[in-house]
Amino acid sequence: MDIEHGFDIVLVGVGGQGVVLASDILSEVAMRNGYDVKKTDTLGMAQRGGSVVSNVRIAPKIYSPIIDRGDANFLVGFEKLETVRYADMLRTDGVTLMNDSKIDPVSVSTGKGEYPSDQAIDAEIAKYADNTIKFDATEKSHELGNVKVLNTIMLGALSFFLPFSVSKWNEVLAERLPAKVVDINLDAFKAGRAIILDIISRAEPADLSGDVEEEKEENNQYYM
Amino acid sequence: MKALLSGNEAIALGAYHAGIRVATAYPGTPSTEILTELAKHDDIYAEWSTNEKVAMEVAIGSSYAGARTIVSMKHVGLNVASDPFMAVAATGVNGGLVVVTADDPGIGSSQNEQDNRYYGKLAGIPVLEPNDSQSAYDLTMYAFELSEKYDTPVILRSTTRISHSKAVVETDRERPQNLPALGFKFNAKKLVTLPAHARELHKVNVERLRKLAEASDEYEGNEEIFRSPDFGIITAGISYQHAMQIFPDASYLKLTFSYPLPENKIRDFASKVKKVIVIEELEPIMEEQIKAMGIDVEGKKYLPLCGELSADIIRKAAKAADWPGNLEHNDNLEPDYFPPRAPALCPGCPHVGLFYTLSNLAIRRADDDKKLIINGDIGCYTLGAQPPLNAMDACGCMGAGIGYSQGMYHAGLNQKTVSLIGDSTFLHSGMTTLLNAVYNKAEGLTIILDNSITAMTGHQPHPACPYTAQRKPTKAVDLVAVCRALGADSVETVNAFDMKALKDAVTSNLEKSGVNVLIVMGRCAAINKEGRGQKMFCSPFDCVKCGTCLKLGCPALKIGSNGTVEIDQDLCFGENCAICAQVCPKHAISKLDGGN
Ligand SMILES: Cc1ncc(C[n+]2csc(CCOP(=O)(O)OP(=O)(O)O)c2C)c(N)n1
Ligand code: SF4
Repeated sequence: MDIEHGFDIVLVGVGGQGVVLASDILSEVAMRNGYDVKKTDTLGMAQRGGSVVSNVRIAPKIYSPIIDRGDANFLVGFEKLETVRYADMLRTDGVTLMNDSKIDPVSVSTGKGEYPSDQAIDAEIAKYADNTIKFDATEKSHELGNVKVLNTIMLGALSFFLPFSVSKWNEVLAERLPAKVVDINLDAFKAGRAIILDIISRAEPADLSGDVEEEKEENNQYYM
Repeated sequence: MKALLSGNEAIALGAYHAGIRVATAYPGTPSTEILTELAKHDDIYAEWSTNEKVAMEVAIGSSYAGARTIVSMKHVGLNVASDPFMAVAATGVNGGLVVVTADDPGIGSSQNEQDNRYYGKLAGIPVLEPNDSQSAYDLTMYAFELSEKYDTPVILRSTTRISHSKAVVETDRERPQNLPALGFKFNAKKLVTLPAHARELHKVNVERLRKLAEASDEYEGNEEIFRSPDFGIITAGISYQHAMQIFPDASYLKLTFSYPLPENKIRDFASKVKKVIVIEELEPIMEEQIKAMGIDVEGKKYLPLCGELSADIIRKAAKAADWPGNLEHNDNLEPDYFPPRAPALCPGCPHVGLFYTLSNLAIRRADDDKKLIINGDIGCYTLGAQPPLNAMDACGCMGAGIGYSQGMYHAGLNQKTVSLIGDSTFLHSGMTTLLNAVYNKAEGLTIILDNSITAMTGHQPHPACPYTAQRKPTKAVDLVAVCRALGADSVETVNAFDMKALKDAVTSNLEKSGVNVLIVMGRCAAINKEGRGQKMFCSPFDCVKCGTCLKLGCPALKIGSNGTVEIDQDLCFGENCAICAQVCPKHAISKLDGGN
C-alpha cells in the first residue's frame, strides 16, 4: 500500500447511511491531492434500504473503476453485516474499519434469516485480512446529535490512514454539504479521527501494520 | 478545469457546451441524471416528458426547428420511443440530435438486459460509445457535429458503469456565446414520410451509412495503440478499461465510434497482429461484423453474453482461452453465506398498507384457481412482490399490468384480477390501456398508487405534480378527472395510511362490475418531510409476539432481545404512517409519548 500503487477503498453500508456521499467526498479529496480517481457505486434496485457498495480507486492512473475481489486496501463498513458480506474484497494486508453497529435486514427482522454473531463476523473477516478496527460510530453520531453524520465519522476514521491533509478534507466537506450542517460534520470528521487515534494509541504496536504506525506520526500533526 | 464527474454529468456538460437549446427525457436508471443536471441551466429548456416516445417527438421537433437537442432515456425507454426514433432516422435532422441510451448490463435496476447498439444497426445511424467520463464529455460534442454533418440522429450509448462512475474530466470547452439562428426548413419530401418520400429516404439513408463508415475510419477517436505484434484487442466502451487491467502490454484498437465499424482500420490492425480478440459487453455485435469481414477473431467463445464484464471476468476468460496477460491474482476464498439485504419499501411508504391489505384478503388466500391475480407494474411498488407482502403475480414493463388483466378477462379466466400501477407509470403508459378497458368492456379494478412523484428513479415530478423539471410552477393534472374522462365507470380515492378505509375501499371496489379505478393517495416518504409526527413505540408488556406487524415488511420493525417487537427509532417514519399500530391486534404500538 503506497502512493505509487495507490489505494483501493471499498465503502459499504445500508441505503440511507450516506455511503455514496462519503465516497464522493473521498474521491474529490483525492483528486484535489493530484491523483487520478475513479469511483463507482452499486446500489441494487434504487436504494430502498438495500446494501450499497462504493468502490473508490486512487492512483496515478486508473483504468477500470471496479475493484477486484482480493484487492482492497481498505474496507470501510458502515454496518456489521454489510462489512462482513464484502470482506472478500480485502487484500491480505488490507485494513477493515467497521462501525460496530447493526441494522437488521428484513430477512432477519421477519425471522427468515439470522443476524451473524460477532464471532462469526470476526472469523469471516479474518479469513481474508488481519487488521480490523471496530468502533461504534452510530453511537457517536447520536452523541453528536444527528445520525446523518455517521458517514462523516467513518470518513474521519479512514482519513487517518490516507496521505491527505485535514484542511483539504475540511475544504471539500464545506463545499459539498448544505451550509447548515457543515459545522456538525466538521465535528463528526474530527470525532472519527479521534476514535482511531485513541484506539491506536492504546493498541500494542504489533497489532498494527507498519504503514499505519508510520502514518500515525504524520497524521497527528494534521489533527492539531 | 478538472472536475470529478459521473458519465451522466459529463454527457450533460458536453451537451451544454455543445450549445444545446433543448433537452428532453423520461427518468430511468441509469440515464436520469443527464436531464437532472441539464435542468439546472436557465439558458436551456429541459423537460421531463410524459414518456420516452413523447420525449423523442419533442426532441425531433426541436431539431427540425434548428436547435441542437439531446434526448436521454434508459435502454428500455428506447423501446417505447422506437417509433419516432425510426422515423427521424429516416428523415434526418436539422439541428444536431443526440439520442442517449443508457443500457444496464448486469440489470442493476431494470426489467431486462438488452444491448441497444442493435438500434444503430436497425436504424442505420451511428453509435458512439464512451469508455469513461472524459470520453463521454468529448464524444457528446462530437456527436452533435456528426449529426449535423451527416444529417442523422446519433446514438450515444452509455452503460450503468459509465453513467454512474465518477472520473476526472478536463472540461476545456465553453458554451458558445451566440448560438446559430433557428430556422425550420420547409421540405415535405424529407419531413413528410409518405410512402413515396420514404422510399427515396431509405436510399438516402443507405448512402448515408456508407459515408458514415468512411467517417468511422477517419475518426481519430477510433484509436490504434500498437504495443505487441502477437496479441491485439478490439474493444469499445467500459470493456477497454477492464481489458487494460488484464492486458496492459497488448496492442489495442480502441473504438468509440463503434457503428458503422471502421473496416479499414480493423483490417489494418488484424494484419499487423498475430492473434486478435474482441472484448465487448453483452452481445457479440462487433465480433459478428468483424467475422463477416473474413477476419478470424475470438471473443464470446470465452466471454459471457450475460451481465457486466469486469477485470475479474476477463481474467477468467483469458485463463480458459490461453490469452496472454496479467493472470496472477490473489483469488480470495468464496465468502460465507449471510442473510441478504434486499431493497425494501421505506418506513412510511404509502404503498405498504395497500399491499398488506391485498395480501390479507380472503380471495387472495384462496386456492390458485380462485385466488385474486395481481397484475402489477414498474416502480417502487414492484417491491410489493417480495416477501413478506407477496402481493404481485405478473409485471413486465411500464404500463403493461392493466393490459394483462384485460387479456385474462377476455380469455375467460374465471377469476378476479386487479391491476396496480404507479401515478407516474399511469401517466406514462397506463391511460391508453385504461381507455382500452373502457372501449372493449374489460371489467375490472385498476388501483393507482398515487405517491405524488416518480419515486423509483429518484423523485422526479410528473404531469400530476404542480412544478416542472426546471422547478417552474405548472398545472397539475387531476388523476380523478383523467380517469373519469377516459370513461371509467367509477373513480374513488382513499387515504393510503388509513388501514380500515383501505380495506373497505378495496373490498367494495373488487365487488363492483364495470371498469373501476381506485386511487390510493399518500405522499412518498422521501418527499413527505413535513408531516412525520411522533415516532412509534411498541410496548414490550403488551406485545404478544404474534408477528402480525412484521408482515408489513417495514425495515423499522424488528424482533428485540426478549422476542417482542422493537421499533428502531432512527428508521421509524412516525405517527403519520402508523400502519403498524393499526394492524397490531393487541394495540401494543402507539406514539412514543402516548404510552399506556
Ligand atoms: C420504459 C421505461 N422507462 C423508464 C423506466 C424506469 N422506471 C422504472 S419505474 C418508473 C416509474 C415509477 O414511478 P411510479 O409509477 O410513480 O411509481 P413509484 O416508484 O413512485 O412508486 C420508472 C420511470 C422503465 N422501467 N421503463
Ligand atoms: S421512495 Fe417513496 S415510494 Fe419508494 S419505497 Fe420509499 S416511500 Fe415508497
